[in-house]
Amino acid sequence: MSTTTPELHTHGDHSHGGDHNPYHQHHFTTMEQQFDTSKIGMWTFLATEVLMFGGLFVGFGLSQGKFPQEFVDAHHHLQRWAGALNTVVLLISSWTMVMAVNAAKTSDKAKMKMFLIATFVCACIFMGVKYYEYSHKFEEGLLPGRFYVSQVTDTLKACVDGAAGAYGPAGCTHGYATFFSFYFMMTGLHGIHILIGMGLILWLLKNADKFSAAYYTPVDLFGLYWHIVDMIWIYLFPLYYLIS
Amino acid sequence: MEHSFIDYITGQAMLPPRGSAYAAEVDQVFIGIYWLCVVLFVGITFATLYFAWRYRFKAGRVTPHFTHNTTLEILWSVGPLLICVGLFFWGLNGWMKFAVAPGDAMEVVVTGKQWLWQFEYPDGSRTVNDLHAPVNKPIKLTMTSEDVLHDFFVPDMRVKHDVVPGRYTQIWFTPNVLGPHTFTCAEYCGKDHSGMKGILTVESQEDFDKFVATGGSEWEPYRDGNNWAGWGKLQYERKGCNSCHSVDGTSSKGPTWKGLFGKTESFADGTTGVIDAAYLEQSMLQPNAKVVKGFEPIMPTFQGLLRNHEIKGLQAYIESLK
Amino acid sequence: MEPVLHSEQQVGHRPAPFTHYLNENTSLWDWMTTVDHKRIGLMYLVASGFFFMIGGLLALALRLVLLTPKHTLLGLTVDADSYNKLFTLHGAIMVFLFIIPAIPGSLTNFVLPLMLGAKDVAFPKLNLASFYIYVIGATMAVSSIIIGGVDTGWTFYTPYSSSFANGSVAMMTMSVFVLGFSSILTGLNFIATVHKLRAPGMGWFDMPLFVWGMYSTAVIQILATPVLAITVVLLAIEKTLHIGIFDPRYGGDPVLFQHFFWFYSHPAVYIMILPGMAIISELIPTFSKKTIFGYRAIAYSSVSLALVSFIVWGHHMFVSGQSQLATVVFSALTFLVAIPSGVKVFNWLTTMYKGNIVLASPMLYAIAFLILFAIGGLTGIFLGTLSTDVHLTDTYFVVAHFHYVMMGSTVTAFIGGLHYWWPKMTGRMYNEKLAKIACVLWFIGFNATFIPQFIMGSQGMPRRYYNYLDQFQPFHAFSTVGSWIIGLSLFMTLAYLLASLRKPCDAPDDPWGGTTLEWKTSSPPITHNFADQPVLEREPYDYRPAATAGKH
Repeated sequence: MSTTTPELHTHGDHSHGGDHNPYHQHHFTTMEQQFDTSKIGMWTFLATEVLMFGGLFVGFGLSQGKFPQEFVDAHHHLQRWAGALNTVVLLISSWTMVMAVNAAKTSDKAKMKMFLIATFVCACIFMGVKYYEYSHKFEEGLLPGRFYVSQVTDTLKACVDGAAGAYGPAGCTHGYATFFSFYFMMTGLHGIHILIGMGLILWLLKNADKFSAAYYTPVDLFGLYWHIVDMIWIYLFPLYYLIS
Repeated sequence: MEHSFIDYITGQAMLPPRGSAYAAEVDQVFIGIYWLCVVLFVGITFATLYFAWRYRFKAGRVTPHFTHNTTLEILWSVGPLLICVGLFFWGLNGWMKFAVAPGDAMEVVVTGKQWLWQFEYPDGSRTVNDLHAPVNKPIKLTMTSEDVLHDFFVPDMRVKHDVVPGRYTQIWFTPNVLGPHTFTCAEYCGKDHSGMKGILTVESQEDFDKFVATGGSEWEPYRDGNNWAGWGKLQYERKGCNSCHSVDGTSSKGPTWKGLFGKTESFADGTTGVIDAAYLEQSMLQPNAKVVKGFEPIMPTFQGLLRNHEIKGLQAYIESLK
Repeated sequence: MEPVLHSEQQVGHRPAPFTHYLNENTSLWDWMTTVDHKRIGLMYLVASGFFFMIGGLLALALRLVLLTPKHTLLGLTVDADSYNKLFTLHGAIMVFLFIIPAIPGSLTNFVLPLMLGAKDVAFPKLNLASFYIYVIGATMAVSSIIIGGVDTGWTFYTPYSSSFANGSVAMMTMSVFVLGFSSILTGLNFIATVHKLRAPGMGWFDMPLFVWGMYSTAVIQILATPVLAITVVLLAIEKTLHIGIFDPRYGGDPVLFQHFFWFYSHPAVYIMILPGMAIISELIPTFSKKTIFGYRAIAYSSVSLALVSFIVWGHHMFVSGQSQLATVVFSALTFLVAIPSGVKVFNWLTTMYKGNIVLASPMLYAIAFLILFAIGGLTGIFLGTLSTDVHLTDTYFVVAHFHYVMMGSTVTAFIGGLHYWWPKMTGRMYNEKLAKIACVLWFIGFNATFIPQFIMGSQGMPRRYYNYLDQFQPFHAFSTVGSWIIGLSLFMTLAYLLASLRKPCDAPDDPWGGTTLEWKTSSPPITHNFADQPVLEREPYDYRPAATAGKH
């Protein structure tokens, strides 16, 4: 072995022959092994995502158990049509993403780009609707925690800290503030994931020329990520918009 | 209590004095597990050291190749499992008694607060850091907190439970040993966590009734009225004044009492005044009416907590601290 | 009197000049941007070792304050506030900056790919990212100390932490959040590596038991840490926005925080102890020169400990106000932990039986581990049993118990493992005589420190106490003296390990006669780990004569 050992993990080591894939990392024996490894890594990462959201779902469920009526009252102030629209948009984006991955697999770069752009557009629509919904909540003062000062009289009373005695929910309307706290936390965290996803789509588009049947790992992994983000929304939608 | 070395070996010295029949039951379980642990520990340690010595390195020794032994492995999985099931039920048995208070128990309402304990007896009289209980009568403590988590722990009774804001928790015990038993806070609650303790006095029903009516047997030596300051000094510790007021001149959460009496102070509302007996009484009953400048209005009211003779004692005590 | 450890004390075939991962590309920039798992392992070792020292010095300070009821530290009076900050920092640093990252980050990062015959971990860049995230998290933790300290205890119980505590709780919890990500990425990397980068011929049951242990650890890191992450975020949001989840004043429930917290932090106990057990499973067969007894049982017990760890969190909460049914169920489940732990101990002992035991320093640490772990595990029985737990929980008994498990067991195994792999990592042998003395001191000091704490605890001394009753004074004094012996032992260890670096780089490839693949390459390994892809020909720990007769 020469003293100037080639660096370990830079892409490629072209000295081994012509058919060497430039994206083959040195510490993997085959491209297939490299691809499978990446996939295991991604699935593992997605498991952590599910568990992180899981914590919030449990917290939401317990709070709902504590304030069942308040949660029902509060959910009437979410626009159901907006949530439904966003659900449809994300479902479509999942389909476009599947098509993009398929196109990458078959080295159809133009089609892949087209479907990635379509996915991106769906994400934009989703965020646009979210923006509309959030600004609506801001106007009505339906804000998380101590910023909750409902402008919607009658049903959603404001709860001034300590107004109902030092402790305990009895006679106090904490439940409304708690509902909107969870609403903003969970949809917000989900929205951040969509934004990250949008950034990643742009990155994929920028590097689109590199992907082909021989190497499409990033597109494939991003597809997994995007499906999980969509799936979380599928759970969020009935949780918030369809309480009965 | 003095313990011999033997007491440490047998595990008896590991435990504080027993104050109830329940404590004796818990101790039985404790000692039982203790001996189980001693046997297993001695076995494991002996095997480890014996093997290390018996099979110490010898050049040329060839070690046998055995990879497993199903019978043995099942044995040492199932054996401990059975022991564990037994222990679980043994512990459960005692705990069930702890979990449910008898219906005829005397109820005392306990409120934890940074950093004192407040007790309210069935007749409405209240004490701070000073719990009294009649001997051989079940007593049930219904507990809540005004601020953070606390935990009411009476080692001699082998009971403890968290005291949680926003909800009520319960412990109960039937003390059968007269005399003082300490209780402490066992859930970390901030700066003076370790100062949040007091004395449980177990006494005869007669003494207990007297205590609730007048302030109890402690009052007897002072009843003649010759030592008001001494009586006040006792209240200073009993009522928890010492957690915020020093008597040696150092500043704490509240003004020091040393040299306080007769001093002219400015108050937070801009006025000034001389600290006299009337001011002191007002400060105990309506503490936030006139707060000395530079201090937070955090003192809780002692309305209903201090009897007249206790206030008088405190006034005399503060006056005596020149 | 030193037995010859291995008949072939050879330094394998080495080209001259011998280039290896340490002396190739040695500029600071090369180190900072390295994606070599071995270098990252060393960087983790230095960083977590540094925080071990800080946490240890804080512990020495705490013990000094508790030496007498006068609360003085080197002549200065320490007030209750400072004491509370001291124990919080000791706990937080030791847990989040040392024990959790130490063995996975340093030893495992270095050894695991070698053991599998791999060139690196699955995602080398992610590995480096994980290190830098750890550094960022550690910096945040340290800056929270500078900003004002934290006095909540490492458990951050609400509502004290959310609404009452002074100092920089938010910064500290955010640092825990960041450190959690580092932990997740490390675990993710190991899982993918174990699944996909095993040497040709190495099936799941041909892997060294260390790998099984670390795989189980990684599973916990992946599944539990995200819950902690979201919990500390909720805590920080509760603190700033009063969202009404943990503080009853805003409609929350403080006991819920404990459920969330322990759902992570109980499995985290196994993130701490499983790597320790994993190391011991290597040391004992290697130094007994005998195959491991019950390979599959040990492998399965690691996995089952990982799984059981997720269903016993409520045993931290027997007196917290959780439902009584939950308390009973959690107590029953908790006893399940005893079975796989017991299986491991019995298997290790049977491995020693009829062995040819070399009492080199790593083996001394393994023996110390067996005894200390026995105490740590057995005292757990008192705490799993309902009626005795009510009396003992939140006392020094618990403090002593978890120090026996985390420090007496995990740290003992860590130091043992460090001695075991030191020649591989650095290419140097350390002073064996000093190492033995340090090990004995460690064992004596550890017991002297914590046995008195068992007695104090069962006698009713609550934990996290600045003041204590005079009756406990002799025990505290004894404990403090013990802590000095521990300190002496650790500083000795630091000194002779550092001194060994000045020696020539001439450690044998396989100084202990180990059978796993990391011993098949040079000490220290070359940058690519192996000159040729190693192929597994024999199961690990095969000490039959044929095994040493050489391969063909």
